[in-house]
Amino acid sequence: MIFSEADLAAIGLTLRLATTVTVLLLLIGTPIAWWLARTQSWWKGPVSALVALPLVLPPTVIGFYLLLAMGPQGFIGQLTQQLGLNTLPFTFWGLVVASLFYSMPFVIQPIQNAIEALGRRPLEVAATLRAGPWECFFTVVLPLAKPGFMTAAVLGFAHTVGEFGVVLMIGGNIPGETRVVSVQIYDYVEALQYGQAHTLAGAMIAFSFLVLLALYGFQRRQAALGMKYGL
Amino acid sequence: MQGNVHTHASTIQAHFSLHYADTAATGFNLDVNLTMPGTGITAIFGHSGSGKTTFLRCIAGLEKPQQGYLIVNGALWQNSATFLPTHQRPLGYVFQEASLFAHLTAKGNLAYAIKRSDKPYASELYEQVIATMDIDSILTRYPHQLSGGERQRVAIARALLIQPRILLMDEPLASLDSTRKQEILPYLERLRSTVDIPILYVSHSLDEVTRLADAIVVLDQGRVTAQGSLAEVLSRIDLPINNTEHAGVILSAKIVERDSQWQLARLAFSTGDIWVNDSGDELGQTVRVRILARDVSLALAPHSDSSILNQLSVNIAAIAADDDQSMARIQLVFGNDYIVARLTQKSVYQLQLKPGMNIWAYIKSAAIVR
Repeated sequence: MIFSEADLAAIGLTLRLATTVTVLLLLIGTPIAWWLARTQSWWKGPVSALVALPLVLPPTVIGFYLLLAMGPQGFIGQLTQQLGLNTLPFTFWGLVVASLFYSMPFVIQPIQNAIEALGRRPLEVAATLRAGPWECFFTVVLPLAKPGFMTAAVLGFAHTVGEFGVVLMIGGNIPGETRVVSVQIYDYVEALQYGQAHTLAGAMIAFSFLVLLALYGFQRRQAALGMKYGL
Repeated sequence: MQGNVHTHASTIQAHFSLHYADTAATGFNLDVNLTMPGTGITAIFGHSGSGKTTFLRCIAGLEKPQQGYLIVNGALWQNSATFLPTHQRPLGYVFQEASLFAHLTAKGNLAYAIKRSDKPYASELYEQVIATMDIDSILTRYPHQLSGGERQRVAIARALLIQPRILLMDEPLASLDSTRKQEILPYLERLRSTVDIPILYVSHSLDEVTRLADAIVVLDQGRVTAQGSLAEVLSRIDLPINNTEHAGVILSAKIVERDSQWQLARLAFSTGDIWVNDSGDELGQTVRVRILARDVSLALAPHSDSSILNQLSVNIAAIAADDDQSMARIQLVFGNDYIVARLTQKSVYQLQLKPGMNIWAYIKSAAIVR
């Protein structure tokens, strides 16, 4: 076995975190992406900018403010305490909340682009064929925008797996709770255990490459199948 | 206010007032108040930008006018308190460009409609629609594997299979080249005889309208400029739409005689009759015949020494100037029917033509249209 006990725990934790975040982001992000794709509202600009902020901010900035917000005095902290829960920093769910913000643009933007590319016409056609708004979403928008949703899921997942700065700020370094793969690698390097660092870091490169390869392969097949919009 | 407004069961009453906030940008407001027949094909005719597509979208509920009132064959779809969303309106809609779902095959697209159909599925109807549109052989293909004309035929079939109470067609031929148009027109003509729901057919092509419509609404800059039966509106010489090279009238006539030696058929109007090329229609059948204004000439006396077969005794109803200053348009009445002649101003002067005069109309060419 090339991975140690601790490595496997970190990998398991990372996968659990990335899966949870991806599922939640698809659920939360789709309505936001829908709204952004359709709205003519003045709020579109500010909301788009907010969604895109994690793309440009250092993870430490996001981590810092989320740490304050989730702390005993912060609004998220107050909320969790009122709900009878503990505060979130240095817990798995703290990481989940932080990752939701951090990976949000990677999920929302591909979905928004896909829905914008669809245009209004397929929705109008569905309406003239008696499909109500929900039915229209599941029978027309979802299948037609599938490449966008796939891209969103893959990027959201991969980006959460690759997270480091925010994790360190929010989660610290608690084995089995917040010590994800990237933190584990950091620990190895700090301890000058380059051999173990190589194993995990190399695995990360291989994993990320394969995920992206699969994504682009999928997109190519979709294009070849003639899944062009608006036919 | 209007006093006696009866809600006839078989009419479409549509009153829309749609104003865009930025009229300067979009160019027009829609302001129509219409009662249209609840049967047959009614053409919504106008140039691009006349508001005809917007009008159709209002009927479908795809646009929400500030003020709207819509009753379709007795059912209220919209008034100040009600706005039935599109998916609750029992309509079929054929968009200008084919609008098939790209992720479904032709058959999948039809199944989408059948699953949501207003009435229970009937396999006879399915077979009839497939046969009418002649799409049996292409059902397994995806939209991107179909030609423009094939896609549009599938789209029409899909709109029929939802079993609507009204069919709305927004320039279904406009995105096709003229060869494909000629390819689809017969299918649309077939619709008229196989479908018993009202069809609103938006078009900017007088040729299509002439071949398909029973009634016509002319829109210009968001307003109705003329409305009535096709025969009536096309015979009006005061309308700019009839002011073109291809202007002509449509008449209904009965086939009363077929001459097999010369391949001709004799058509009888309320008074008078004409010979046209035999179209193969049955004796006794009522057909539509088109007579272009430029194919009608006038004479003060009947001739027996002319190559022209058809001469009708008519009365001059009105004379109007043409856009072309050297030409005039003459509205002629005989029995219940009108024809229009387009002559030079010089001929009008030389023959001293005046409204009320009895005169002979020579028809150089007339054709049965379907």
